[in-house]
Amino acid sequence: MSGNLHMFVMAAPLVGALTVNLAGRASRKAVLPLVLGFLTLSLVAALGTMAGVLEHGAFTYTVGNWQPPFGIELRIDHLSSLMLVLVSAVALIASFASLQSVAKDLADRQHHFFTLYLILVAGLHGLILTADAFNLYVLLEITSITTYGLIAMGRGRAPLSSFNYIIMGSIGACFYLLGVGYLYILTGTLNMADIAARLPQVNGTVAVATAFAFMLVGLWIKMAFFPLHGWLPRAYNDAPIGAGVLVAPLMTKVTIYLMLRVMFSVFSPQYEFFQHPDVQNLVVWGAALGIICASALALGQRDLRRMLTYIIVAEVGYMVGGVWLANGTGLTGAVLHIVNDALMTLCLFLVAAAIISRNGSLAFDRLQGLYRRMPWTMAGFTLGAFAMIGVPPTCGFFSKWYLILGGIEARQWPYVVALVFSSLVNAVLFFRIIEIAYFRGGKGHGHDDHGPVTEAPAMILAPLLVSAAALVLVGLATGPLVSNLIAQFVPVF
Amino acid sequence: MTIQTSILPLAAVLVSLLASIPIMLSHRVPNLREGWTLLAGFAKFAIVASMLPAVLAGGGYQWVIAQALPGVPIALRVDAMGLFFALVASFLWIFTSIYSIGYMRSLQEHAQTRYFASFAVAISATIGVAFAANLFTLYLFYEMLSLSTYPLVTHEQNAEARASGRKYLTYILGTSIGFALPAMLLAYAKAGTLDFTLGGILAGKADGMTVAILLVLFIFGFAKAGVMPFHGWLPAAMVAPTPVSSFLHGVAVVKVGVFSILRVIFYILGTGNLAHLNLGGVITTLASVTIIVASLVALTQDNLKRRLAYSTIGQLSYMILGAGMLTASGMTGGILHIAMHAFGKITLFLCAGAIYVASHRKYISEMDGLGRRMPLTYTAFLLASLSIIGMPPLGGFLSKWNLVIGAVEGGQYLLVVVLLVSSLLNAAYFFPIVYRGFFIQPQDAGANAEVREAPLLCVLPLSVTAFCSLILFFWPSVFLGLIQQVVGP
Repeated sequence: MSGNLHMFVMAAPLVGALTVNLAGRASRKAVLPLVLGFLTLSLVAALGTMAGVLEHGAFTYTVGNWQPPFGIELRIDHLSSLMLVLVSAVALIASFASLQSVAKDLADRQHHFFTLYLILVAGLHGLILTADAFNLYVLLEITSITTYGLIAMGRGRAPLSSFNYIIMGSIGACFYLLGVGYLYILTGTLNMADIAARLPQVNGTVAVATAFAFMLVGLWIKMAFFPLHGWLPRAYNDAPIGAGVLVAPLMTKVTIYLMLRVMFSVFSPQYEFFQHPDVQNLVVWGAALGIICASALALGQRDLRRMLTYIIVAEVGYMVGGVWLANGTGLTGAVLHIVNDALMTLCLFLVAAAIISRNGSLAFDRLQGLYRRMPWTMAGFTLGAFAMIGVPPTCGFFSKWYLILGGIEARQWPYVVALVFSSLVNAVLFFRIIEIAYFRGGKGHGHDDHGPVTEAPAMILAPLLVSAAALVLVGLATGPLVSNLIAQFVPVF
Repeated sequence: MTIQTSILPLAAVLVSLLASIPIMLSHRVPNLREGWTLLAGFAKFAIVASMLPAVLAGGGYQWVIAQALPGVPIALRVDAMGLFFALVASFLWIFTSIYSIGYMRSLQEHAQTRYFASFAVAISATIGVAFAANLFTLYLFYEMLSLSTYPLVTHEQNAEARASGRKYLTYILGTSIGFALPAMLLAYAKAGTLDFTLGGILAGKADGMTVAILLVLFIFGFAKAGVMPFHGWLPAAMVAPTPVSSFLHGVAVVKVGVFSILRVIFYILGTGNLAHLNLGGVITTLASVTIIVASLVALTQDNLKRRLAYSTIGQLSYMILGAGMLTASGMTGGILHIAMHAFGKITLFLCAGAIYVASHRKYISEMDGLGRRMPLTYTAFLLASLSIIGMPPLGGFLSKWNLVIGAVEGGQYLLVVVLLVSSLLNAAYFFPIVYRGFFIQPQDAGANAEVREAPLLCVLPLSVTAFCSLILFFWPSVFLGLIQQVVGP
């Protein structure tokens, strides 16, 4: 029974998407319980899968018993089980806020929205599970197309931003597909393990390098790695609130995971890091530059959500750089940061959703006195800010710990400097907001003035507080997380 | 020499942190709210003091909070040096609390709930720094202290307070993230551990250049110690209410900075290693420059609290100077000065606050003749300034005496000159205040007619702390006993 529990992780949201679409037409009231139900099912299955992996170790699974290279093969190891739990947990937590804000903003299109939402979640699970380079492409397009749709449902310029994203996303997908094509020609297979086994025989050719470069650059476009990030800030800023809380924490992070898969399951560390040390150095420097530039761009924003989108771009640089440091510490940090950054981004986008629901605006000059009006929301914001700055014991500190340590071990000083610089910039960014929201505004400085408290609705506040608490709990659990899950994945260099 | 696993250190840290919750909940009932503050204060001191006998006997306590990083847990360990600092801080917190109540109520300050809650978190963080078992745990509580004191600095919420708050965070957070964090990681990369070990963890594991870089990064990274040129936050932070200045910027925050630097010198870099690599001079040079320059600047300040702030900057570097001498007496003097200066400086700040409460005056030039109206306050001020100058029979003499002996032992006669010149400068910036108070008549004869001693809740604590400075001269044995465990006989 537990052997195919992971299938439920992906199947639950997929079936959910169909059900919500059909039932949602008939009655709007059906949407909420169905969405929550299927996502909960998915999370439970993901936790079960993780427990199974922890107990029995990694395994592969062939769907319908069709053997590779013809059948669809899935690979479930420590890393992918961790990602399954992360994606399903974030999707469930975010869905509460989505349900609330979509019911308000897009009342007549709720079932459309959540059909896309659930297909996206299913697609993300598929990306994590697949062991086939071509299926990966298909699922990548499924997740991207649903994301385009979700973003286009926003107001104002959202369709334009989404179109912009479609162009860039399609180029990225094409690049990736081209790379896979090359590999197919070279090895005659699309199964990742098969490719990996056959690649050494065709090693050293320009064609392999071309394939690798196409796949990698394709994924970089999809994850908005600087300077290929142009589409992200606009798309994420104009997306409907309900879509932002799901897309912003997960999309870039899952794409980082895909990069890991391509680098370690299709190609090998030997190939990327040691046969081409110049490339390796160049990528790390590029990541450092990206972190610095994106942080500087974030400084120029005067709107909370726009600022967060640039921070996401900077964080992508953290993770790409960490992976390419070519040592176990940096890679551990990068994987840990996938988890941590997803949680931090989730927390802060939920804060944005909460503020929008009561305040209507996220522009800095409209945030005055928010601590008094929305104390719990802002408590969550403060924790999220601390995590982004990297204040222990929030989780953001611990991944930064590994990343900087990895940088020191690899003697990549520009990367170390970039990380420290970015932490400092984050401190400026968030304390600027804290100062405005806490110490400015109100009538002069009233004596213990307790103005009307207008806290966000419980459907947003509850997931916000859960995610904020998770920042500290995950931070304190870093030790077990690393030794039980992440260390199992990290190869010995 | 037994280290017992015990929840006592955790309790000592948590008691005031937990108290911040009922403090916030009882914001409508000020008496109850302040009751929690006092209760936590006494409880904390009692817990800390209860650990004294075992530590004096050479033992200790430890508690692991979480295995946050493999090999680098969040853990507490009570040793002599930590207990020394915790005793001073938790004892003085009681008086600050009493004083705060009197001060805040007399001035009818706003946002008192936030004030007392932040204060409670800050003292928890201070004890956390004292009891940290490794550098990572110390860093954690160090940052917690930075963040919890930010609302206290910005308390007034006007443009000046916000600007000062910004400056405070820029210096404190900027240096800790920019210097101390990379230094900590570099030390970890070299040594593979961050546990505090007497004698250091880096001996033989890092070359001289690396150790030198680490040393400088740590001294500047813990900018709460105010070593120049990263001292600018301290005068700026004086916009905070006076109890904050007195406790946080006379005792907790700045001493946490010094304590962190001393911890790193004794337990991470190692004095033997530093002597071997000939790096003591780096420390003493940085400290000497700060001592002399800060004392000179203090002379020029007319705002009483700013003068005290510059005095603090200078005095803090005495402690670092002592450590940098790398001799037993120098180290003893440096550590002892943490306590002696704490008792002296808190008294001076409390006096400054009492003068402000009673007369609403901030500038020394306006304080002519006030001593006659407020004799108790001014007597306390005199005693405390004598202690800081280093005159017998006050506690400050003992620490400065040890420092001079330490300099002589090490043959560093230039440092003796620095210490003596600085003492003269200290006298030059303290005595005029007292002289004006007692012997100069205000130009407008009726100006002081309305001035009385501040309320009892203000005067009582400052009298007690001033008296303590006196007592410590005659009975320093508890503190010396603890220091002996660190420095050796």
